[in-house]
Amino acid sequence: MLISNMEILPGKEVKTHLGLVQGSSVRAKHVGRDIMAGLKNIFGGELKGYTELLQESRDEAMERMQRQAQAMGANAILNVRFSTSSVAQGAAEIYVYGSAVILE
Amino acid sequence: MTNLIIFLLLMTLGYLVGQVAEKKHYKSIIQREKRLSGLPTIASRFPPTDRLFDQSLVMGNTVISVDYFKRFIAALRNLLGGRVTSYESLLDRARRESLLRMKQQAEAMGAEYVFNVKYETASISKGRNNAIGSVEVLAYGTALIACGPSDEV
Repeated sequence: MLISNMEILPGKEVKTHLGLVQGSSVRAKHVGRDIMAGLKNIFGGELKGYTELLQESRDEAMERMQRQAQAMGANAILNVRFSTSSVAQGAAEIYVYGSAVILE
Repeated sequence: MTNLIIFLLLMTLGYLVGQVAEKKHYKSIIQREKRLSGLPTIASRFPPTDRLFDQSLVMGNTVISVDYFKRFIAALRNLLGGRVTSYESLLDRARRESLLRMKQQAEAMGAEYVFNVKYETASISKGRNNAIGSVEVLAYGTALIACGPSDEV
């Protein structure tokens, strides 16, 4: 499945628009990671645990979006956008959406 | 008294370690930016149409936190107003690092350009009084990978 955040594809044409598809995922890290993050708050620097967490979370959200698009019979998702919001301390919601299309 | 000692200890530790870490990070960022300068990232939504490209979504993210000393300085800034340089450098580092990670991913695919680059910033954890503890920056775009002969329309 082709995923792109552009609406135009050079050399390809959109045959049918199938509408919006989306995926979301909310994740939190275990306490150990939170404690490590607390330490990092003193010294500064990258919080690798959280970087990984959000990456995994994003992958999951994208997979859900792809599954939805597949169920619709699409072969590409265009104009993909990401959005993040922190719902609680140490937990974040990742939301990803785009338009499912059938390409020639 | 003990509280004051702990506070001063955290301040010095934060200052020393934070400064060293930031300098090191900037050095590595500048080095990698030079190496990857051959791969242009473009914010335009319109890709070149003169030849065919394969494309793929690429992204890079970073979660980064300020040190204790800088957070204290930022809190003081809140009283006086003005530029909060400690957060400026934090966000600058996060943005550049994310972009670099995205470019590295694109480079590994053999991309020629990265189009429609977008940034997304979110504050992940908030400390006391809703002060920013750490921010996440995500950079994403579409990598264009050349395919087929270049004169093909």
